Amino acid sequence: MPSRLLGPQNRYLWFWVFTGPFVVGLGVFVYVPLLWSLALSFFDARNTVTPTHFVGLSNYTSVLGDSAFTSSLATFAVFCLFIVPATYALSLALALMVNRLRLARAFFRSVFFLPTACSYVVASVIWKLSLFNGVRFGLANTVLRWFGQDPVAWLSTSHPPWYWLVIVTVRLWLQAGFYMVLILAGLQRIPRALYEAAAVDGARPGWQVFRHITFPQLRATSVAVVLLLVINAFQAFDEFYNLLSTARGYPPYARPPLVYLYYVALGQGQDLGIGSAGAVVLALIIALVTVVQARWFGLGRKEE
Amino acid sequence: MRKNGEATIQDAHVRLGRALRAVIIGALAVLFLVPFYLLVRGGLSSESDLTSPGWTFFPRTLRWSNVRELFDDPSVPMLHALWNSTQIAVLTTLGTLLLASLAGYGLARIPYPYANHVFYAILGTLMIPSAVTFVPSFVLVSTLGWISTLRGLIVPTLFSGFAAFVFRQYFLGFPKELEDAARVDGLGHWRTYWRVVVPNSRPVFAAVGAIVFIGSWNAFLWPLVIGQDQQAWTVQVALATFTTAQVVNLHELFVAAAVSILPLVVVFVVLQRYIVAGVERSGID
Repeated sequence: MPSRLLGPQNRYLWFWVFTGPFVVGLGVFVYVPLLWSLALSFFDARNTVTPTHFVGLSNYTSVLGDSAFTSSLATFAVFCLFIVPATYALSLALALMVNRLRLARAFFRSVFFLPTACSYVVASVIWKLSLFNGVRFGLANTVLRWFGQDPVAWLSTSHPPWYWLVIVTVRLWLQAGFYMVLILAGLQRIPRALYEAAAVDGARPGWQVFRHITFPQLRATSVAVVLLLVINAFQAFDEFYNLLSTARGYPPYARPPLVYLYYVALGQGQDLGIGSAGAVVLALIIALVTVVQARWFGLGRKEE
Repeated sequence: MRKNGEATIQDAHVRLGRALRAVIIGALAVLFLVPFYLLVRGGLSSESDLTSPGWTFFPRTLRWSNVRELFDDPSVPMLHALWNSTQIAVLTTLGTLLLASLAGYGLARIPYPYANHVFYAILGTLMIPSAVTFVPSFVLVSTLGWISTLRGLIVPTLFSGFAAFVFRQYFLGFPKELEDAARVDGLGHWRTYWRVVVPNSRPVFAAVGAIVFIGSWNAFLWPLVIGQDQQAWTVQVALATFTTAQVVNLHELFVAAAVSILPLVVVFVVLQRYIVAGVERSGID
């Protein structure tokens, strides 16, 4: 009996010596909280983690009926629409240009990659208080003044919603270099023979080669990059919080799902029941978005 | 054979294209560096230089005293926050490397009938975005009474499915001959791992370690939720508190932000080769 549990040469025992600590930790700190939270979503859990009052689906109906929640989903959709294509296009352009460099290639790669070392908090400090400072001495407003324009209150006005420019550019700057590195790795995996064959067939270097060889060959990388971009946009919190929140609180506009959840679950109400229900709904949405995207890209592959 | 004239036109095109690309990439590089310039400029200016209506590209006098002013200011716990962030980032990195590399090795190299089930349980957590887990994790940490403690900030983040996944993939391709030689010398799994596998895997440890360190140093949501008391603030939470405060002392805030990214810039410059390799590994292949 012990030998069946321990396996040949105690191999099963050794397997658990190596993986046990990690698996136990994962159970305690990831799976247990998830199940617990699922349970909380069916209880009235204001300011408590061990509620006794079962309320069925009422937390879910109040989350879905909360206009702040639905508008946070709209905010995410708008954000995604801006940031995903912009980051993909910029990272791809950077990767293509850096890849063709013969001189100073490592230098340029480092320059574009360096913002990855910066936190969203530090970047928000620069964007909010220097680059897009709403007063006259901000850099953007200084440039506007050179062209005889009036200063713009970038973050504190919603008509027109200039805050989107600030929010999108900060993330673009922070993440473009990271995805450039992923795409560069994809570019290196394209067999050189394909380019040689294209040259023999008379394809012009530049657009024709890009359209018929580079871009189709990058397909797997592109799909991975877009999936990562969407998931990361969904989790956006740091830059929204640091750019828009003030001593007076968070403005009523531009609240992405995570900011909504933060204020519901950990704000003054500390309503963990509604917070948990919101987290479950968000989990279902992100799962759905991922599956739909994977299907969409996957179906495209079969047509080839 | 091409005619001569056509060839020179094409050459001119190629040269023009190359020059155009050089100009564009140079301009983009300058744009990417502007925020760093703004940070340093802000950190070394006096408050009146910063808020004067005319734009000065470089501060008239470089005020290095801003750094001392920051650390002497009793209302700003920056030094303590830096110490907290250092402890958290170092312990998180070491802990993650230890736990994830052991798990990755076990999964890749020690045959066990249910190894695949264990692997899928780990892979599953990769699919769960932190957006979904921060409320539940907060519930657990507050039940344990770990709010505003280093334990609460470190322990729940140690079990990185990403790191375990990268290590497993790496160890699957680790040369078997090296381990066989150790086996012949009479070493068991444990000593083979520490004496042969780890010393020969330094690049992957450096890559995962650098990425975990950067992520931990820059993390914001979790430290904001758990580090509620001022004595548990990390650098990011301290910075955020000043940014969103009623009265902002600009030059002090910029100097604080610059000081906060200095450790990472050093890590970046020293380990860039490994970090790039780590990012490439994290791309789903």
